[in-house]
Amino acid sequence: MTLVDLELKIRRYNPDVDPKPHWQTFKVQADPTDRVLDALHTVKWEQDGTLSFRRSCAHGVCGSDAMMINGANALACIELVHKAAGPKGGRITVEPIRGLPVIKDLVVDMEPFFAQYRSVLPYLVNNDEPGYTERLQSPEERARYEDTTKCILCAACTTSCPVFWGNSGYVGPAAIVNAHRFIFDSRDQAGDQRLDIVNQRSGVWRCRTAYSCTEACPRGIKVTQAIQEVKRAVFTDRV
Amino acid sequence: MAVVKVHQHRYDAVIVGAGGAGLRAAIETAGKCRTAVLTKLYPTRSHTGAAQGGMCAALANVEDDSWEWHLFDTIKGGDYLVDQPAAEIMCREAVDAVIELEHFGLPFNRTPEGRIDQRRFGGHTRNHGEAPVRRACYSSDRTGHMILQTLYQQCVARDVTFFNEFQVLDVAFAEGRLAAVVAYELATGDLHVFNTKAAMFATGGFGKMFKVSSNAHTLTGDGPGLLYRRGIPMQDMEFFQFHPTGIYKLGILLSEAARGEGGILRNAGGERFMERYAPTVKDLAPRDMVSRAIQTEVLEGRGIGEAADAVYLDLTHLPPEQIDEKLPDITEFVRTYLGIEPKTAPIPIQPTAHYAMGGIPTNVSGEVVVDAAGTVFPGLYAAGECACVSVHGANRLGTNSLLDIVVFGKRGGAAMAAFSAAADLPPLPPGAADEVVQRIEAMKSGAGNEKVGAVRADLQAAMTGKAFVFRSEELLAGALEAVHELQARYEHVTIDDKGPTFNYDLTEALELGYLLDLAEASVVSARARTESRGAHFRTDHPTRDDEHWMRHTLAARQEDATVELSYKPVVTGAYLPMERKY
Ligand SMILES: Cc1cc2nc3c(=O)[nH]c(=O)nc-3n(C[C@H](O)[C@H](O)[C@H](O)COP(=O)(O)OP(=O)(O)OC[C@H]3O[C@@H](n4cnc5c(N)ncnc54)[C@H](O)[C@@H]3O)c2cc1C
Ligand code: SF4
Ligand code: FES
Repeated sequence: MTLVDLELKIRRYNPDVDPKPHWQTFKVQADPTDRVLDALHTVKWEQDGTLSFRRSCAHGVCGSDAMMINGANALACIELVHKAAGPKGGRITVEPIRGLPVIKDLVVDMEPFFAQYRSVLPYLVNNDEPGYTERLQSPEERARYEDTTKCILCAACTTSCPVFWGNSGYVGPAAIVNAHRFIFDSRDQAGDQRLDIVNQRSGVWRCRTAYSCTEACPRGIKVTQAIQEVKRAVFTDRV
Repeated sequence: MAVVKVHQHRYDAVIVGAGGAGLRAAIETAGKCRTAVLTKLYPTRSHTGAAQGGMCAALANVEDDSWEWHLFDTIKGGDYLVDQPAAEIMCREAVDAVIELEHFGLPFNRTPEGRIDQRRFGGHTRNHGEAPVRRACYSSDRTGHMILQTLYQQCVARDVTFFNEFQVLDVAFAEGRLAAVVAYELATGDLHVFNTKAAMFATGGFGKMFKVSSNAHTLTGDGPGLLYRRGIPMQDMEFFQFHPTGIYKLGILLSEAARGEGGILRNAGGERFMERYAPTVKDLAPRDMVSRAIQTEVLEGRGIGEAADAVYLDLTHLPPEQIDEKLPDITEFVRTYLGIEPKTAPIPIQPTAHYAMGGIPTNVSGEVVVDAAGTVFPGLYAAGECACVSVHGANRLGTNSLLDIVVFGKRGGAAMAAFSAAADLPPLPPGAADEVVQRIEAMKSGAGNEKVGAVRADLQAAMTGKAFVFRSEELLAGALEAVHELQARYEHVTIDDKGPTFNYDLTEALELGYLLDLAEASVVSARARTESRGAHFRTDHPTRDDEHWMRHTLAARQEDATVELSYKPVVTGAYLPMERKY
């Protein structure tokens, strides 16, 4: 195991002392196969405990640590050092995701994001009495919406979207992904209501098909395609 | 000294934790009593979302099955330390629990007929051990993610009140019952005292006391830790599950579903060594046995890797479509972190600290019980991994935790709602937040030279080195000494961040305090148990001793900070202890 030298250039902001955000560079050593998250931990645990960032699972399933790494949104726990800095080390820049208010360092206010999520009725609606067994659903029917069930609400997509940066009223890709998850679920009965919601001014028509969201999604969800499918459903009034 | 703002709230019920257990409880109390859910993470960040393989229920959708067989497997898997009536409730109610999740919208994988599909999992068998049975209901290899999302969705539908990023640090009792919960708000550094009739703890596991672990950074045992300091005993803390297949060095879990789908463990010689240890079920033996088998292979020189301290999980013979369809996430972890393609190369794995069988003692209604007589502590509830009902005994079977959190989250929520309806609001004890205020101030003004990261790393190394798969008096005595030294060092921890806003430096330091105390309780309990049962294996006492040890351990912290042990009998039932062979 050979360690490489890294320069972590981090955008810092502490509301209690800093008038505005500034850059700070830390020198750490890391194994090339370490996660960028590990390097951030090295800074926090060994050099500067005031550095704040969210994280929990450390393997890409909880959605806590979306941040901008070298200018592109990613989860720090699945971005490896050799990919971010090269196999011999080098510089990695880390900033908070864009378009949500920065609270401290890499921590942004997630409330607006979750409010958008809640606005699309993100739950199964079915008013028929189901009885004592499961509702039937064929493997093909399930496959229709499987991709969008993978979402971990990390906000990487929404905060990579140029439309969202310009207009925080836009409901954003993540909320549309979660609307898609139910609109195309054969068991759901609130598709029309959801289509009305995403058909509003702040809804799907804001999307300019920039594909930034699809590139940003750490779960490999075909976000743009999901948005297109929802647009088509609004257009044809059919799911 | 900075002045800390203390806010006050009144609720009928408070739920601490928004993983599967807390969310299921919140669904149950919704509309019945005014409930606040306090969680240090956004609900969807909870580690339930990391669960992969499945949730067992004897639906018999794909082959013959019955809840009694499930019960038998659970008791045998738990090496007879299981309280049989509690396990019976869990296995019977499993069927309804799965159906209910489906009605809530959970996208289970389906059979061609459109029913919920099922697959094999370790220790689950047909007709009392004849052969593996397909009992695990699943959604690809992200079953926990789907459970967490589905339960959260149902909470959104019910407009449940969440206090996100509120970290609970203490409780207050009055008149012999629970009276308040004290939380620290991460965004502001303010404290909040929730005066409440009842509170349920659903804070998850504490696997971060070990170095190689499948647990999230945030699984630090805050709930059990703070109750333990308030005198609530901890049950069966010596039983911690080490899952056989963690990614080499990282500990990230590769679900048992990999073996359920046909994956095989191999040693350096390529031998399928589980054939020697469990001739009938082979690679699908319960976790404790497989982990010991792996460690034995390693100790006898048949390991792989730089230090010959791992073995291979081989999936290369599985059809690539099956891997993509049934195990997409875990194979992606292997590609990401090891740079290995599991379709063509075997995966280096080693046992990883995974699941706490022990925790806050409860009865089947989620009520916390504080002694061998089962005396209930009024208003105090626990459910999920932080609780010990005990349905898992000395070793939990795969898929039984997702089941446990849903079944007992619901039961606890229902019991708490009923209790709240009949109870009045207890008086708020004066100075309920004082201890927390002092603890935070002491941490911020500390002038010692110890760092959180270093003390925690040493704790993890000591526990993984001395209280892991194989234990002995010598190792455990060393572990205890190490923990005591670390507790002393902890007194000198200093943090860099003195501010109020998102001060994770502070919360990590407080979490470490709980981890140290729980590690002490675990090691003391383990040292006293001079037998081998389930996940607790003593090389100096290698056999099970039913005559002396068919009993649960209760570890209680005394005023002078020493640990006192007492015992309570296992609640037995129809199944008598027999030798555990697979
Ligand atoms: C990788 C992995 C895979 C697994 N796979 C399976 C499987 O296939 N089948 C199975 O049955 N089991 C599995 N398990 C086990 C199972 O997932 C867990 O035991 C279970 O999900 C725990 O749920 P919980 O609700 O008790 O806790 P968690 O989901 O861990 O939730 C804990 C909650 O408590 C909150 N919290 C913690 N401390 C505080 C505090 N101080 N103040 C406020 N809130 C707090 C957190 O914010 C969180 O919301 C797996 C476990 C792991 C780690
Ligand atoms: S769609 Fe992808 S990027 Fe967007 S929130 Fe969900 S997981 Fe994150
Ligand atoms: S820490 Fe959970 S996704 Fe990165």
